Amino acid sequence: MRENAVLEMRNICKSFPGVKALQNVDFTLCEGEVHALMGENGAGKSTLIKVLTGVYTKDSGQVYIKGSDKAVNIKSPQDAQKSGISTVYQEITLCPNLTVAENIYIGREKGMLLNWKKRNAEAEKVLSSLGINVKPTQQLASCSIAVQQMVAIARAVDMECKVLILDEPTSSLDESEVAKLFTLMRQLKARGVGIIFVTHFLDQVYEICDKITVLRDGTLVGEYEISELPRVQLVSKMLGKELDDMSDIKGDSTASIDMESAPVFEGEGLVSDQGIKPFDFHIRKGEVNGFTGLLGSGRSECVRTIFGADRILGGKVKMNGKSVKITKPIDAMKNGIAYLSEDRKRDGIVGDLSVRENIILALQVKKGFFKPFTKAQANKFAEEYIKLLDIKTASANTPIKSLSGGNQQKVLIARWLLTHPEYLILDEPTRGIDVGTKIDIQKLVLKLASEGMSVTFISSETDEMLRTCSRLVVMRDGKVVGELSGEDLTQNKIMSTIAGGEE
Amino acid sequence: MSTKAQKSSALDILKKILSNQIFIPISALLILTIVNLIVDPSFFEISLGYSSDGNPVLSGYLMTIIDYGSELAILAIGMTLVTAASGGQDISVGAAIAIAGSVILRVLCGTETSPETIQAPIIVAFLVSVLVAMAFGAFNGVLVAYFRIQPMVATLILFTAGRSIAAWINNNQLPIVNDETFTYFGGFIPGIPIPTPFFIAIACIIVTALVLKFTNLGLYVQSVGINEQSSRLNGLNPKFIKFITFVILGICVAVAGLIKVSRLSTINYSVIAKDIEMDAILAVALGGNVLSGGKFSITSSILGAYVIQFLTTTLYKFEVQSAALSAYKAIVVIILVVISAPVVREKASAIWKKLVNKKAAAKQAG
Amino acid sequence: MFKLKKLVSVIATAAICLSMASCGESKPAAGGTEAKDDGGLIKVGIINNDPNESGYRTANDKDMKYTFTKENGFDASFAYSLKNDEQIGFAQKFIQDEVDYLLLSAADTAGWDSVLKDAQDAGVKVILFDRTIDADPSLYEASIVSDMDKEGQTAVDWLKGQNLPKYEIIHIQGVMGSAAQKGRSGALDTAVSELGWTMVTQQTAEWNAEKAQQIVQSVIDSGKSFNVIYAENDDMAKGAVAALDKANISHGVGKDVVVMGFDCNKWALEELLAQNWNYDGQCNPFQASYIKEIIDTLENGGTIAEKIVIMDEKGFDATTITQADVDNYGI
Repeated sequence: MRENAVLEMRNICKSFPGVKALQNVDFTLCEGEVHALMGENGAGKSTLIKVLTGVYTKDSGQVYIKGSDKAVNIKSPQDAQKSGISTVYQEITLCPNLTVAENIYIGREKGMLLNWKKRNAEAEKVLSSLGINVKPTQQLASCSIAVQQMVAIARAVDMECKVLILDEPTSSLDESEVAKLFTLMRQLKARGVGIIFVTHFLDQVYEICDKITVLRDGTLVGEYEISELPRVQLVSKMLGKELDDMSDIKGDSTASIDMESAPVFEGEGLVSDQGIKPFDFHIRKGEVNGFTGLLGSGRSECVRTIFGADRILGGKVKMNGKSVKITKPIDAMKNGIAYLSEDRKRDGIVGDLSVRENIILALQVKKGFFKPFTKAQANKFAEEYIKLLDIKTASANTPIKSLSGGNQQKVLIARWLLTHPEYLILDEPTRGIDVGTKIDIQKLVLKLASEGMSVTFISSETDEMLRTCSRLVVMRDGKVVGELSGEDLTQNKIMSTIAGGEE
Repeated sequence: MSTKAQKSSALDILKKILSNQIFIPISALLILTIVNLIVDPSFFEISLGYSSDGNPVLSGYLMTIIDYGSELAILAIGMTLVTAASGGQDISVGAAIAIAGSVILRVLCGTETSPETIQAPIIVAFLVSVLVAMAFGAFNGVLVAYFRIQPMVATLILFTAGRSIAAWINNNQLPIVNDETFTYFGGFIPGIPIPTPFFIAIACIIVTALVLKFTNLGLYVQSVGINEQSSRLNGLNPKFIKFITFVILGICVAVAGLIKVSRLSTINYSVIAKDIEMDAILAVALGGNVLSGGKFSITSSILGAYVIQFLTTTLYKFEVQSAALSAYKAIVVIILVVISAPVVREKASAIWKKLVNKKAAAKQAG
Repeated sequence: MFKLKKLVSVIATAAICLSMASCGESKPAAGGTEAKDDGGLIKVGIINNDPNESGYRTANDKDMKYTFTKENGFDASFAYSLKNDEQIGFAQKFIQDEVDYLLLSAADTAGWDSVLKDAQDAGVKVILFDRTIDADPSLYEASIVSDMDKEGQTAVDWLKGQNLPKYEIIHIQGVMGSAAQKGRSGALDTAVSELGWTMVTQQTAEWNAEKAQQIVQSVIDSGKSFNVIYAENDDMAKGAVAALDKANISHGVGKDVVVMGFDCNKWALEELLAQNWNYDGQCNPFQASYIKEIIDTLENGGTIAEKIVIMDEKGFDATTITQADVDNYGI
């Protein structure tokens, strides 16, 4: 083993029917190091993590853990825990209806009798030593996602883990929460814990990590010191090609806007039961605009109102100058509106259904109950969009849930494109997916607009919106507080508008 | 190399068969068939005889199976849809059959207990019972879909009250139908030697197949069962779809009720279709359908229903005390559930793979 | 499956609550009118099994309602349950309501001692009908019952008297352990072992016609020969006959198979009259007149000679039954 190494994986191979997910991958993690594991979706990151945590059994290769010369054989998550490997997933895997302390200790009581008073006191100590501000007796469900994650980390720390895996921990955190998490990570680092950090946020990688290991198509591309690998190179290594200059994406997006005819969509005093203030909104043919604001500012709620996804309490809507009534999703769909929802898993995919069925679903519903597509038609649509959006799937028959996040997202985009909408709403289409797909999606948005589609694009990453949108609606506390376009479309201007208008 | 390739493709095919849900009822059917073949092949004999009315009639255990399994098969259709859409089961179908049957007799007999001639055409009586059964299905559906009550809890109400309602419909009388044609539905049509219930079941299956082919019922029900939120955002109305599956089950109940009351031309409210809800749910489970909803296969459920009857008839043949039947069914359920559990299937395929690999290695070494 | 069981028990409790509630509702009304004018009415509380259970029970309940009317000088309250503990609850209520007589058809034989003692202390006279219980006879005035053993014996004696060349019997039993099943099976079992009759199959169909049909169907499918169907109630006999009809096996007077049933449902007696069946044993549901007689005796200061009153019960033969029998004894 390398000096200082807490974990070494050698020549790891793992294949699934028809796919070689990992081929001779090496990975080394040192003490007190934050190590980013990077790669596009499908590159093998998840598989590697799952092999390490015992969810999958490897086909061949060795895993060494500090403190033992022999290769360890990890056959189950329990084995991994015993070997000192702990994982904190994006989705919290704790029990929400137990208390914080119970969550920290559950499943590893030694005797039959428990002294919860003592437990609570111990939990308090662990939490405070990590600077996590939460009461041990509080019910976990009542804590924010960020705190829940930190509790999960505290649990790992208390088990004296040597290796901590953080799998996309920041996707549902806001900036201040991310900062807190990073503070915690630095503390652990100081204690000598090796941290594997999986994320799609490049900024975060460069902020916290020491080393980067890049995977592509199940093979190791290389291991790099963070200081030796500029961003552009990282991205190009992940993609395996030289990256088009990001700034190239931004075309002259205002050119395609049709200012002559009535707006494609025009809403007045729109309001739903989700706690947003009534708002006005319009979009023209060929226009790309966006809603921005902090998490929870109401930007999703606004587009959901447009689509009729929540209960509509009021407002007037005109499509192409004609008054229409939209109270439920099917109304919106019939009027040519499509909505890619924010929460892919909860509101988007129909997990057990095939890619084909997921693609045709919306169009099928729009077409009507008594007019099902023939299997041949459905297949034609599916094949067409699988090719068009370069969706990586074994076949159109594969259940969507077995695809990677980015490819699931592409299927959902295909679903809505297939309905040939006049107005497409994309709510966080780039969240939790790989860089390559992110760029593909942004390009696609601009292409669609140039062909005359109106698109509303929402993203937590402001630069993505700056690149694609010609107009931004800024939200704060459920209220529209400004609209930016042209020269005003800058990071600073957006920040100041969100913050309250001071320059 | 070529043999290896062949082997792997054979393995793939085997895997495909194993992972197909219809494999479960088919393998159960095979096991039962083999057991009967070994113990007594005469089980499969079918003979042509004449009924007391002088009409040709086929008889034998197999005929008994397709005869008595038919009500269950019809119910399994509706139960599968309800299960898929709502992720729960309707436990009131037995009581609902009592109601539907009671309605048929009430319309046929009027207020008399045993009229010489029927008071209304059978088709009218049947249609009225269909409407009533749909109404009760709708009642369950409203509770489940709009009031979001767990299906089993919601259908408890009818489960508890249904048989009393059935008795009330006929003022606690036990009417008897004295009409030759009425016996056709649960017996034989003169000149046709195959039991009518089987034809009724086939008709229901054909109608269901057509509905599934020419509408989006399947896609909608599965979507709603798998992800209600997504379905709504794709323009579906999940509540209505759940509701409608209960109404469809209502239709199935009325058809099954017709067969049941026709078998004896009368009704006994407390025992008619007793415990049939459990068999219907078992048929769905035997068909490899997930009881928490989502993807479904009606073909598998129907097969499952006939497998249950196959089992019942086999047990009767071996003169197992009928009071003990449910215990045997329970054993079968346990075995099936264990076999169909993903864990076991994965293990089995892993062992299979190992065996094949070893053989191949031995061959190479040899 | 566990969940299911739990749910079923939940229903059961729900059902209890419901029936309790309905009982509670009906009683104050009766009690209310009572409080104002006692009017010399004799107050009786009648605890019976669910009238929907069978034709027998329906007839029994009708008979009770027909006899214990205001016109006949009674103020009657009714409570129904198939469960013993519920019935005990009803009994306690009736005692609290100070009924004069408690008429009881117990669901179960055990568990009645304490509540009947309460009744005795409160001066409530208890008369059992249809079912006996395991309690000290001093706790009740009289018990009016059918003798199921005798019913079975009458039927078996009749069967013996037919002098068939062979006896190959399909025996379809009621719910195992019930008094009717025990009595009706007992006589046949003895005869089979003593006289060397052949028992082709012996199965319980739990009073259910559909099950009886399947049992007989299974025997027919197996190709075994038989010439007697001994069904412990009319419903099951009907189910058995439905299977025979399908397979073109003739039955009834002078035909291939002898069909025997019990309970004397009107429609069953009509089958006898048409000679489709051969025998039907009566299980007399008309206890009300016996009870009324006892109450009258007690009210007039008389004493009851025999605590156990066994009702007259007949067996009908298809060759001798008349329309008058059907009208008088059909239930």
